[in-house]
Amino acid sequence: MRRIGIDVGGTNTDAVLIEEGKVAGAVKAPTSEDVTTGILDSLKALGATGVLKAKKIDGVMIGTTHFINAVVQRRHLTKVAALRLGMPASASLPPFCDWPEDLAELVRGGVWMVEGGHEYDGRPFMPLDEAAVTRAAREMKAAGLKSVGISSIFSPLDPGHERRAAELLAKELPDAAITCSSDLGRIGLLERENAGLLNAALADLARDTIAAFENAIQESGIAAPLFITQNDGTVAEAHQARRLPVYSFASGATNSMRGAAYLSGLSDAMVIDVGGTTTDVGQLKHGFPREANSVVKVGGVRTLFRMPDLLSIGLGGGSHVVLDPLKVGPVSVGYRLLKDGIAFGGKQLTTTDVAIALGLLILGDKKKVAQLDAATCRKVLAESARLAEEAIDRMKTEAGDVPLIAVGGGAFLIPDKLPGVSQVIHVEHGDCANAVGAAIAQVSGECDQIFKDLSRTEALSAAQGIANDRAVAAGAARGSLATIESEDMPLAYLPGNSVRVRVRVVGDVAGS
Amino acid sequence: MNRRELSIDDIESLAVGAWVLGTGGGGNPYLPLLNMRALYREGHCVQLMQAADLADDDLVAGAGGMGAPLVGIERMGDPYTLTRAVRAMETHIKRRFTALMSVEIGGGNGVRPLMAAALMNLPVVDSDPMGRAYPEGQMTSTAIGGLAPCPISLVDVRGLESIVHSTPNAKWTERVARKICIEYGSTASMCTPPRTGAEIKKWGIHGTTTKAIRIGETVRRAQRLHEDAVAAILAVEPGVLLFKGKVIDVARRVTEGYLRGVLGIDGLDEFRGVVMRIDFQNEWIVAYRDGEPLAMTPDLICVLDSVSGEAVGSETIRYGQRVTVIALPPPEIFLTPKGLEHVGPRAFGYDLDYRSVFSS
Repeated sequence: MRRIGIDVGGTNTDAVLIEEGKVAGAVKAPTSEDVTTGILDSLKALGATGVLKAKKIDGVMIGTTHFINAVVQRRHLTKVAALRLGMPASASLPPFCDWPEDLAELVRGGVWMVEGGHEYDGRPFMPLDEAAVTRAAREMKAAGLKSVGISSIFSPLDPGHERRAAELLAKELPDAAITCSSDLGRIGLLERENAGLLNAALADLARDTIAAFENAIQESGIAAPLFITQNDGTVAEAHQARRLPVYSFASGATNSMRGAAYLSGLSDAMVIDVGGTTTDVGQLKHGFPREANSVVKVGGVRTLFRMPDLLSIGLGGGSHVVLDPLKVGPVSVGYRLLKDGIAFGGKQLTTTDVAIALGLLILGDKKKVAQLDAATCRKVLAESARLAEEAIDRMKTEAGDVPLIAVGGGAFLIPDKLPGVSQVIHVEHGDCANAVGAAIAQVSGECDQIFKDLSRTEALSAAQGIANDRAVAAGAARGSLATIESEDMPLAYLPGNSVRVRVRVVGDVAGS
Repeated sequence: MNRRELSIDDIESLAVGAWVLGTGGGGNPYLPLLNMRALYREGHCVQLMQAADLADDDLVAGAGGMGAPLVGIERMGDPYTLTRAVRAMETHIKRRFTALMSVEIGGGNGVRPLMAAALMNLPVVDSDPMGRAYPEGQMTSTAIGGLAPCPISLVDVRGLESIVHSTPNAKWTERVARKICIEYGSTASMCTPPRTGAEIKKWGIHGTTTKAIRIGETVRRAQRLHEDAVAAILAVEPGVLLFKGKVIDVARRVTEGYLRGVLGIDGLDEFRGVVMRIDFQNEWIVAYRDGEPLAMTPDLICVLDSVSGEAVGSETIRYGQRVTVIALPPPEIFLTPKGLEHVGPRAFGYDLDYRSVFSS
């Protein structure tokens, strides 16, 4: 098994080759504004190390923070038309009602609420008002909206009204990107709708970003299928990620944590991933990122996604440094580090400049930072360490000292000793942990179907068996399979003790 | 008159605290809270008053939601339909209410009367008839006190309105009202039987809204300070820690207008190797440790998110979630023989004698 893992971060694009369970090569290139160039540069750099040599590559797995950054930074978002089927219920809490106002302003292209939806037992709540859907579609068209999020009461039980509304919309808006909430989740109208609206807001960005990925792979001459890594540490094929980008929201963090576990050989530790702009702190339990326990807010929006439990702070290798009074971050030069940093001829003092002045990093031109005295530089590093220490303390779930794996391009900001930490571990290729995590991303198997005339236990175990077989067929090692979701919903309106069961399992790629 | 104007921050705390007292049921107060935020943004405001300040002939309406919590997070209730339920009752009894009250402080119903109070410009009494949440209408201090079991109004957002006018007892009111609720789709806005000020003073469980606000403030403060929120609750309330673990199984179904099922939790930390099973009917009813009953109604069994300290409801709890189970003591009235008849384990069909986790 030979896979290339790529991490497209805000500052750097990293690429690694994993071959026979080892890191055979790892390189970094600056992320480019067009994304493609950065990936091409990193693949060229990887090729230049001589590890590729026209070998057959089984897959290129790309992880990116693009989608979550777009929401957090409120950039590149598409205006969304929200169509909710369920009137007259829930009208006092319309779509976007619990979004942060600034994000709602950017994304809310319009809200349409029409009659429709189902009861918990499958009866229609109200018949779908098809004329109103068509009217809404015409108004969306007149308003120039091209992305629509549809939600409907109890659509995870019966997606019929959402699908029909999508058909009616497509007639009026043939080019629109349409997200149905039933494709994204479970019971809980508001959270499911929020996920759908976020997904719809990413429609243009997902199309452009994934096209850029595809172009880069094609131009690099590597003949391998493209996969995009997802929040839960598994991969999706490119066309699916284009349709449902919210599933790839937090993959960058998952990748770096799993990469840290892989590179260090530890399965229980704290992980600190210091990038160019932000630092993420999380915890590894049995080799997996500890999951956020309940409601996850993305850019302030409540969803029910499964995501690693992370604390992000504005500290990184590109963080702005102000000397008087001393302040590190949260603003960063981002991917302009190699132009704007003082050691590279720019004007902005960054944490990287400070590390170069102290001789911690051999980069740029040390003479350009010679005016920085050692005492000042140490104060800057102490301040960075203090920010990191505070974040680690907040994420710790046990009182004693724990080992800490420091990864990411800015890991030089983490000193060898920190209060509350038994040992700081820096690993080889740690600066490319995200890309390593992408390369070793897992495959999943899912079963979501209705079973009849079985006991609940029998239905669950049948679904488990099917999900396991699908994961193995997709390349997972059977011994490594773990169940991450298991849910059953009795369908009272169908005969024969019917129950809808959804089971999702994940496993390591066989032979990795 | 001693009234307290509730700030939106009080209501944020009320939502968190009511959810803890919901013991799994009563529905997540988050949605009623969202409605309250919208009403406060529109300039509405709610006053909280003490039962002691009610005149004997004041008339108090219990305003809230009935049904299966799972339905409530898809068909979200609204202030207008709830107000219609109260107005329907006023029309039926040909009298105006002077105050509103929670039908149960636990869960969404701890916040819902505020939604109608904001629109009707009436105060909310700092009392309720449960001191927690229970699935059935006769599981109340007012039913134990033998107060009138009817009338009760049930309203659906589609324009359906029903009054259960005459029944011999609260159990019959519950049975008939539940059937109506099921036909509505297992969710309804309701107004429970009107009570006089004198009745509330005698039979209400008092200070429960304030108590919920206090618990909510405790949890929110612990979250802000990154402290252990579960420990913080146990520091201000006389509760006990029952279990810590990870959810490994949730079986649930909506039947007879309730959400029923069984929750399985695998122990973590000091509870490693131990399993807990909790049966539920909207609320957590009986908790078994390694097959042995450990805690049971009327003790409040609270399943909390181990990280945030916030309550986890029976409708949303899911596989893999890390939870901590604590017990809080029940109001005294439920510990009397008559009280246990209404809310003890046998009232839920369990052949178990009530044994309090607080007696040992």
